[in-house]
Amino acid sequence: MNRLLLIGLLLIVAIAAPFFVYPVLLMTVLCFVIFASSFNLLLGYAGLLCFGHAMFFGTAAYITGYVLKTTPISIEIAILGGALFSAAIGYGVALVSVRRSGIQFAMITLAISQFIYFVLLQSEFTGGEDGMQRIPRNDLFGVIDVADNNAYYYVVLAFAVAAVALVYRIVHSPYGEVLKAIRDNEPRVESLGFRPERYKVLAITLSAGLAGLGGALKATVFQFATLTDVSWTVSGEVILMTLMGGLGTLVGPMVGAGLVIWMNDELSQFGEWSLIAQGAILLLVIIFFRRGVVGEVQNLVRLVRSR
Amino acid sequence: MFEHLSIQLIMGQLLIGLINGSFYAMLSLGLAIIFGLMNVVNFAHGAQYMLGAFAAWFLLTTFGVSYWGALVIAPIMVAIFGLIMERLILRPIQHLDHLYSLLATYAAVLIIEGLMRQQFGSSGMPYAPPLRGGVNLGFMFLPWYRLWVVLFSLLVCIGTWMLIERTKLGAYLRAATEKPDIVEAFGINVPRMISLTYAFGVGLAGLSGVLAAPIYQVSPSMGSNLMIVIFAVVVIGGMGSIVGAVLTGYLIGVVEGLTKVFYPEAANLVIFVIMIIVLVLRPNGLTSGRGTST
Repeated sequence: MNRLLLIGLLLIVAIAAPFFVYPVLLMTVLCFVIFASSFNLLLGYAGLLCFGHAMFFGTAAYITGYVLKTTPISIEIAILGGALFSAAIGYGVALVSVRRSGIQFAMITLAISQFIYFVLLQSEFTGGEDGMQRIPRNDLFGVIDVADNNAYYYVVLAFAVAAVALVYRIVHSPYGEVLKAIRDNEPRVESLGFRPERYKVLAITLSAGLAGLGGALKATVFQFATLTDVSWTVSGEVILMTLMGGLGTLVGPMVGAGLVIWMNDELSQFGEWSLIAQGAILLLVIIFFRRGVVGEVQNLVRLVRSR
Repeated sequence: MFEHLSIQLIMGQLLIGLINGSFYAMLSLGLAIIFGLMNVVNFAHGAQYMLGAFAAWFLLTTFGVSYWGALVIAPIMVAIFGLIMERLILRPIQHLDHLYSLLATYAAVLIIEGLMRQQFGSSGMPYAPPLRGGVNLGFMFLPWYRLWVVLFSLLVCIGTWMLIERTKLGAYLRAATEKPDIVEAFGINVPRMISLTYAFGVGLAGLSGVLAAPIYQVSPSMGSNLMIVIFAVVVIGGMGSIVGAVLTGYLIGVVEGLTKVFYPEAANLVIFVIMIIVLVLRPNGLTSGRGTST
């Protein structure tokens, strides 16, 4: 019951937040919460480090933006369409790369994301270097006007809650248990009669779709999509968010996304220092605090309780 | 369809491809040596290459050290930097999953490149080629410096291969790649060997950077996009295979150059397309190497 209370409290805070904080900043955090949760699903629960996760994020942003610009389709369908498109790319990436494990998977996904970066750079519909601008926010369900940021915040919040709930469902399902078992000992899972490759392909596809959802939402929040969303700096940012917040915990990526977005916002006037700070924090997290913020707090609580 | 093609154009792009290939080969060689012994994918390889170029530029502008002096001093400077990196960030996490070392070197890239951009700005710095002039081959003009780069890099690759395959030091290295505990039991200081190997690989990156300084602009981000290409080359060649890395490096450079002639739009993409094709057809890499000895 304690957990339900906590979730309820969090929801109330989330619902009241735009009255106190600039809603666009909040929406950015929510988009990256979805993005980081999708990355965490892959690295934290399946043990797969996707070093090009921005390709799913950024591609969906472009697809959703293009659909909204060229058709009168209602906004939620355009967003889900972008996410589905990324899931399809994820499926393709998975088929190519899933047989190589560990470190090679990371390198391959990084290379494929660079490939997608160049494809988007050269495509006509993306606007190349200039990016895609003036993406309209079509009416929700075809009737509700969401042009106002305060109103749109609740749409983004609804998507984010649904996405996190989905990740929770996946992780706590029998499928999620097998995934964790593959992460810990793949040969043993295989010897039990499971086919790890299939499980991994599904995990990559799901994660790509969720990352796409985050990207599609971001395109509608800012009403533009740029190549930055597909670049490896964003792929690195989501790694930082997840590790800093706490790998393999459900709340970790949320905390990490909030912290990194807040930090970027604070440091944006100092130019290069924002990237330098990201690197320094990532390094400290890797060497000293691999559990991340949430993991360390959980550990502390456990220590206090066991006394 | 190809009437715009001339022998000049093809040979010119072939040469550019061979030069790019020289850098791909030298960089993936260093990456393969490091990966072979340490199982570390050194994401900072591109940044260390950039540091090599900057060291040469710095030596020239501050101390008036010529290119030929920098060719010796700059790689040593970068190798020492590599030694420090190994001690500070790789050794504390060497017992962990190797994904962490990839991420740690990635974090190092953010710091190194960020600091360099902070200091020198993002625009490129020119570095005059030490060899002027060239030779007219009839169908094209070949600058001496570019010829030097191709020949010298070939020499470096062959020399490194000889060092690993034909010397006692190389034998230790190959043995430690296969069975580090047993080599240690024979009284060889494996941790020191790891440090020195990392420094050697990093030094190779620095050397490539010095070679690159007169050809490409010296800029803080010169290594980061190259890095991803090198990753693709290493995946194509098979991880940890030295010969595979070098051959694939040259091959990919030439293929990229030819793509620029026949289908310029795809020049950026061709490497990654080849990687995907190789992954589908030969899931273990072209030369599926087990260790450094293949």
